[in-house]
Amino acid sequence: MAEDNGKLERFEARINAGEKIEPKDWMPERYRQQLIRMMSQHAHSEVVGMLPEGNWITRAPSLRRKMVLLAKVQDEAGHGHYLYSATETLGVTREEMLEKLLSGKAKYSNIFNYPTLTWADIGVIGWLVDGAAIVNQTMLAKTSYGPYSRAMIRICKEENFHKKQGYEIVATMARGTPAQRKMVQDALNRWWWPTLMMFGPHDKDSPNSGDLLRWKVKLKTNDELRQRFVDITVPQAHAVGLTIPDPELRYNEETGHWEFGEIDWDEFWRVIRGNGPCNKERLAARRKAHQEGAWVRAAAEAYARKHGREPGKAA
Amino acid sequence: MATEKNVPEQDTQWPRWEVFVQEKTGEPHQHAGSVHAPDGELALQNARDVYARRGKVYSIWVVPAEHIVATSPSDQGPFFDPAEDKIFRYPHFYKVPRGVKNL
Ligand SMILES: [Fe+2]
Ligand SMILES: [Fe+2]
Repeated sequence: MAEDNGKLERFEARINAGEKIEPKDWMPERYRQQLIRMMSQHAHSEVVGMLPEGNWITRAPSLRRKMVLLAKVQDEAGHGHYLYSATETLGVTREEMLEKLLSGKAKYSNIFNYPTLTWADIGVIGWLVDGAAIVNQTMLAKTSYGPYSRAMIRICKEENFHKKQGYEIVATMARGTPAQRKMVQDALNRWWWPTLMMFGPHDKDSPNSGDLLRWKVKLKTNDELRQRFVDITVPQAHAVGLTIPDPELRYNEETGHWEFGEIDWDEFWRVIRGNGPCNKERLAARRKAHQEGAWVRAAAEAYARKHGREPGKAA
Repeated sequence: MATEKNVPEQDTQWPRWEVFVQEKTGEPHQHAGSVHAPDGELALQNARDVYARRGKVYSIWVVPAEHIVATSPSDQGPFFDPAEDKIFRYPHFYKVPRGVKNL
């Protein structure tokens, strides 16, 4: 134990000095476990996040929009890969992570349990959901775990196009026909509150926050990140004549922040516990894709073995 | 539906390969992350799809993860120490008469 205390002290000193922790370095078991939980949830979110948007690829209103949406969804698959790869450095296998996702034991971002009802939802998701992800991921690019930080830097470089293409859709519809304007306002009304929930519970109700902040896995609290998102996003809504669906929203001249109403936390917990509008549908879609791809994985492996080309054998 | 299980029997995620990319000629290959693939050829294709979606890559290496041999943090002292007390490997160790240029 005394030896462990010394290790913990050195570990925390390194973190306070701004050093990154690398896979083979000593780390407290709780640091490792919290990272595995957080990073695999993040990876699952990228993967499940493809489903609501993928739903509109075949119905994109023009070839340009379709190419863009395809590229965006493909990026999200890439983000899932970066994150699974980074999580594997902590000694957990991809098989274990996938099993946890498919069995429903692992969580992914609540936001993807809401349906995409109209084309305007695709615009609003890029603008709000990717916008919120950028706020979170910009912070995580500075996280204390090296592989997570490097994956986040890669992701951040790609996210800006996701947000911009979404806002372009929103701005186009907002200056379109009355029906288009109504459609995009309706999408904003449905996505605004679930997006604010993406940042998680209030700091006082967030049990994991203490250690995560102390060990610089996170550098800002849920409420700080949420406030930053609101401050960035409200003027963007106003610039295209859209209304944020919050009667309590007002600008505080003194603090320079937008103040906003309370989130419906009952809804938040209901969706997290599996009873959101699309939880079952999302998991069913992932399981089906995984099962139907099994023969492809098996065949490719058999082929490689037959030709003596698996790793470890010279080609 | 073949099975009620979430992951089919004898499922495989394929072995892991570490990926190194070179963004321009003249630059070193840098570690980018890893992919899973049944063989080297598919590992290269997967690495391209995952780590080179935006052009900017000149060359990719993939290496079976189990073949990488690395130092461990406990080597920090003994393994790297011998380099530390050899300042005569640096040019500022040497005295040169005033006024002599281009040395
Ligand atoms: Fe992403
Ligand atoms: Fe994105």
